[in-house]
Amino acid sequence: MAYSEKLIDHFENPRNVGAFDKGDDSVGTGLVGAPACGDVMKLQIKVGPDGIIEDAKFKTFGCGSAIASSSLVTEWVKGKTVEEAATIKNTDIAKHLALPPVKIHCSVLAEDAIKAAIEDYRKKHA
Amino acid sequence: MNTAVKTAASDDRPNAPRRAVYLDYQATTPMDPRVLEAMMPYFTEKFGNPHSRNHEYGWEAEEGVEKARQQIADLICGDEREIVFTSGATESNNLAIGGVARFYKDQRDHIVTLVTEHKCVLDTCRHLEQEGFKVTYLPVLQNGLVDLAALEAAITERTVIVSIMAANNEIGVIQPLAEIGALCRKKGAFFHTDCAQAFGKIPLDVEAMKIDLMSISGHKIYGPKGIGALFVRRRPRVRLQAMIHGGGQERGMRSGTLPTPLCVGLGKAAELAKNEMAAEAVRMKALRDRFLATINAKLPEVFLNGDLENRLPSNLNLSFAYVEGEGLMMGIKDLSVSSGSACTSASLEPSYVLRALGVEEELAHTSLRIGFGRFTTEAEVDYAAERIIQAVSKLRAMSPLWEMAQDGIDIKSIQWAAH
Repeated sequence: MAYSEKLIDHFENPRNVGAFDKGDDSVGTGLVGAPACGDVMKLQIKVGPDGIIEDAKFKTFGCGSAIASSSLVTEWVKGKTVEEAATIKNTDIAKHLALPPVKIHCSVLAEDAIKAAIEDYRKKHA
Repeated sequence: MNTAVKTAASDDRPNAPRRAVYLDYQATTPMDPRVLEAMMPYFTEKFGNPHSRNHEYGWEAEEGVEKARQQIADLICGDEREIVFTSGATESNNLAIGGVARFYKDQRDHIVTLVTEHKCVLDTCRHLEQEGFKVTYLPVLQNGLVDLAALEAAITERTVIVSIMAANNEIGVIQPLAEIGALCRKKGAFFHTDCAQAFGKIPLDVEAMKIDLMSISGHKIYGPKGIGALFVRRRPRVRLQAMIHGGGQERGMRSGTLPTPLCVGLGKAAELAKNEMAAEAVRMKALRDRFLATINAKLPEVFLNGDLENRLPSNLNLSFAYVEGEGLMMGIKDLSVSSGSACTSASLEPSYVLRALGVEEELAHTSLRIGFGRFTTEAEVDYAAERIIQAVSKLRAMSPLWEMAQDGIDIKSIQWAAH
C-alpha cells in the first residue's frame, strides 16, 4: 500500500507528541478507541482564558494512518476556539492525508478524539 | 542508516538504492542460483513435452522430470512413484483432503484438522462441509501444539482423513508428526500433513512418521513458484479423486503437461536442502538466538508466540506490547517482515492463529513474524534487531497504552468503546 507523502511525514515526524497534566483545569483529555481493535488515541487540548486552544498533545497506539491522523489534528486545533475545533470533520482529515478506504476509520477516530477532549474540557467548566 | 549491510538482493552500483533487508522467508524465498542453473536448459534446448514417448525431445524432458521426482522422494524417505507434481501446496492440500474425502465418501465422512491450519486447508474443509462431510476443527494448546489426547478422542471409525500441518506458517511450531501418524494408523484414518513450511527445513520420514499424504511447496525452499508436489502413499495404497481431468498424467491424479523446468527446479531445491539442511538449521538457530537475545536485552515486554523448542529454527513470532504491528512495520520499512495485526489483513481481523493460542487481541495486534533464511547474514540480523529496538522504543514513547502501563494503570480496567 502506498501512502501519501503528507501521511508518511506525520508518521515519521509526528507533531506534538506528549501529555499535559489531566488534572489541570485548562486541559481537556479525550481517550478513544480500544486496544482490542488495534487503535487507541489520547488527545489533549490546553485552552486559554479566551477560549482559544493554545496547545495540543497526543499519544496514539495504532497503525501509521492513526498516528498521522492524530498528529495532524493536534496541528489543526491549535489557535482555534473550542467551538471551531469541534467542527473539524473526519473527511477533511482523510482528504488531507489521502487515506486509503480501509483507513478511513482512523480519521473518524481522530475526529472522535477532538470531540472527546472538548467534552472533557467543557465538563470541567460547566 | 547502516549502509554497510548487504542483502541477498544488494546492488553494488554506486548510488543504487539499498533494498530492504528481507526477513520474510516464511512468505517466500529467493531462488537459489544453483536451482536456476539446473532449470535453464529445460526452457530452451530441452524443451520437449515429458509425456511425448516417441522421440528424444520427450525422453530428455522426461528424464529431467523423473530425476526431480526421485530427488523429492529422497528428502522424505519415500518412493518416486509416490510423488505427484502440482502447482503448489495449495493445490496439493486441496487434492489431498478433497480427493481422499470424495473417493471414500461412501465409507467414511468425517475429517479432523486444527484451527491453526493454513487457510487453504480450512477453506477446503469448509467446502467439504457444504458437500455433507463433518469436520472437527481441534483447538491447540497455548504453545500451538496439538493436544494428542484430544486428537485421539476426535478420531472415530467415521474419520477418513486427519490433516495436521508439520510446521505452522505464522508461528513455526512443529507438530509431533510421528505420534499423530501412529494414532491415525491405529484408528484407520489417513494422515495428511501440509509440509509447505517443513519440507527441506526439518527431517521428514514418511515411513517412520506414518504419513499417508504430504503437501510440498517449491518456493518455500529456494525453488521456483508455481510448482509443488503431493506425496501419495502406495502401500497401503491411498486413493483419491482427481480434481483436474484430462490426459491422465501423474497416474490419473493430476492431468496436464508437467512444467519440466519447474519440476527440475523443485527437484534441485530438494537435493540442495537434503545436503545442506543440517548445517543450515544450526546456522538459522544461531541467528535466531542472537536476534532474540539482542531484542530481549534492550526491550521489556516482548512476548514469543508459540513454542520455542518445537519450532522451525528460522522463525520468530513476537508481540511487542503497546505498539501496533502495522505502525511498527511502517517504522521499520527498511526491513521486510510480516505482521499478525488486523491492519495488515484484508479482513481487518487479527491473526486467527495467534487468537487460537489464546493470545489476547491487543497483543495479537502487536505481533511481527520474522523469518530468517539461506541468504540472511549476521550483519542483517544485527541491523534488524537494532532497527526494531529503535522503532519500538520510539512508538512506545508515543503510545498511550505504554504510558498507562508505566503509570501502573491496568488497561483491562478501562471501559473501552469498541469501534
